[in-house]
Parts: sequence; C-alpha cells; structure tokens
Amino acid sequence: MRQKYILRSSATAARLLGGEMMIMSVADSTFFTLNEVATLIWQAADGCTSLDAIVTRICDQFDVDREQAERDVEQFVDALCQHGILLLSENPAADLAPVLQAQL
Amino acid sequence: MRDCSGLDPVKNMGSFAMSRGTSTAIAGVTIEIAGMPIRLETQDASFRRMLKQRYGPFVNESAKPGFHFDIHLLQKPGKLRADDDLQVRMQAGRWLLRRGDFKAEWDSVAGRGRILQAPGRYAIDSVLRIIHTLIQASRGGFLLHAASAIRDHRAFLFSGVSGAGKTTISRLAPPDVTLLTDEISYLGKDRCGYRACGTPFAGELDRIGENVSAPVAALFFLAKGPKNRIDAVGKAEAIRLLLRNILFFAEDADLVRLVFQSACEFVDQVPVHRLTFYPDQRVWQYIGRISEDAA
Repeated sequence: MRQKYILRSSATAARLLGGEMMIMSVADSTFFTLNEVATLIWQAADGCTSLDAIVTRICDQFDVDREQAERDVEQFVDALCQHGILLLSENPAADLAPVLQAQL
Repeated sequence: MRDCSGLDPVKNMGSFAMSRGTSTAIAGVTIEIAGMPIRLETQDASFRRMLKQRYGPFVNESAKPGFHFDIHLLQKPGKLRADDDLQVRMQAGRWLLRRGDFKAEWDSVAGRGRILQAPGRYAIDSVLRIIHTLIQASRGGFLLHAASAIRDHRAFLFSGVSGAGKTTISRLAPPDVTLLTDEISYLGKDRCGYRACGTPFAGELDRIGENVSAPVAALFFLAKGPKNRIDAVGKAEAIRLLLRNILFFAEDADLVRLVFQSACEFVDQVPVHRLTFYPDQRVWQYIGRISEDAA
C-alpha cells in the first residue's frame, strides 16, 4: 500500500455513543454509523498517521490478516471520501490545508 | 425567491439600530412558548386580535419578552405562496428567513426582528417555529415532528411522518392525559434533562396544546399495526430516526452540528422505542404498563 494519509473533514459532526461512532455530514446531513474497526480508522484519521500504520493497528487489535485489512481500509476510506467525510492525501496533514480551505 | 410586492426586506426594512422611545407603548401581543416570550408588534388591530385568538393560552402579556418582532402585513396576499421553498440563513449577523408568503430578518443578539408577511396565521406560525428552532439549537433543545402528552407528571413523545399515527394516538388519549400537541413537540433542555413543552402548533386534531411542561419519560416512533407491541430501538437507529423528524431549516453548519449533538444527547438520556399500535383506547393502557415497568 502506498503511503497515504487521511484526515477527518471539518464539515462533520461525530459522537461516540454506546460503543458506536455516529458521524454526520453537516453539508448534506448524511448519517453514518461506524463499527469498531471503522471507528478505529476514524479516530486515527488525524492527517499524520499513515494508512499503513492504521492497518498495522487494526491487525494488532483485531483478528484479521493484513491483506484483508488493507482491502477493508481502502474500501472504507474510498466510501467516506466520496461523501466528503474523509480527506485523502499522499502527504501528511500540512499538505491538506488547501483542500480544507476549499471546503470552507 | 419572488419578491413580495416589490419590497425587499433586506434593502428596505431598515436597520435594527433604529430605536423607538421606550416610553412609547407599541401595540402587540406577547406569545410565550416553552417559557420563551416573543413580542409581536403590529399596528393592525385585526391581526392582533387574530394572534390573541390563535395563540390563546400562550399569550402572556405580563411576560418580559426576550425578542421583539415588528410585523408588516402585505396587502396583496393573492400572489403569495406558502409552498415555495424556505430559505433560512445567516447574513451579516442577521438571520434571513424567506418563503413565498413571508420575509423576515432577525438580529438574535439584539433580540429584534422584522417580518413582512401575508395576513393570516400560516406565515406567522411558520416564522415562530423557525425562530424557536434557531433559539433551541444553541440551547440543546429542538422541535420534533411528534405528538406529546403528559401522564402522571411525565411526558411521552410519539414521533413519525404524516400518517404514522400522531393525531390518532392523541385522539385516543384518555381524560387523565394532558395533550401538549398532536403535531410539533417542543423539547427544551435544563439541568435535570429534557422537558416537553406544550405548543400551539396543532396538526389534524386542530386543537391547541396545553401550555404546560413535564420531564420526558420516553420517545416512541409510531407505526400502525394489527396489535400493540413495543420494540427496542438501538441508539444509532434512534438517532437516525430522530434526525429525520427534527425540525431544522437553517443552512448553517455550526447549528447543524449542534442539532446533531443534541440528538445524540437526547438518545443517550431518554428511552426510545418503536410503538406499533392498533388504533383503539387499549394502546394507552399498554403505554401505561410499559412506562410503569420502565420506571
């Protein structure tokens, strides 16, 4: 997996409730509920932690092989990026500043 | 949006900085919903009479209003359409509210606003509802598509889309139940939790709610069925359903975020169930038993 970074969009609202992470896009009110693995990805999406490192965390905490974890992470990130919930970059967070600026 | 009678309130309604002599009595009616008095001022005596009649138990002339609105009535209501798209947005520190039958602007900090509207109750009803949603968004409360009623000092909410049974369950309420509304419930938040307050916003029942409030005991999402049953609703599903039924109109990311947090907070504090009911009086016995068990 190439080095990529994800950052939570500022145009979201999130809340951990009863062990489930709830996320809503404030732009179009789309609502998502995340399972445990997805919650881990969401919480790690600080723009500085690479996807590679996130996959390692998942493999450490859940009973899943690395190949499967990489596929799941890519699928999840693609889906949330399409809704503008996550921002994806090949560089760490500082390079996402223009993307964030464009959102405002 | 089409301009109303060629008068653009943004350009022509003047500044909120305008002052009136404090000694001058301004004709108006103070409407207090959920302990939030709003003064509606108008020179039109027949409109004031309509307001007093329409809002009945919610008129409170002794309350000190936190918000004032000047109302100007349009004289060509035939051109106005209440079903035009609604716009609610903040511009230059003021809320702008626009629909086919009204335009309003409101400086929430100064507590003053102006409404340019068609005569009659529908436009002012809508403006009041929107103003209350904006007020509550920053206070942790919200307005909800739901019937609500008080029994044994506790409030029960019955939410759902049109046809789900809000009016039916209100109509079936026994005499010891105090009806708060059959259409739009008002949820305020205080230090003790959520309170349901009566509103004058009625649905098909066409009966104004009682101007009282009580702590919320439970929220039921309604569906009609062949027999009465109650099912648990998970928190995620409860939030999804709640968000679908909360009244909120503003195009404002910060307030949307607050409303989301309020919905989460509510679901965290209040039991939420799905109530499938057969429309006869037995449903209230059933609700009574369930709520006693829960208590």
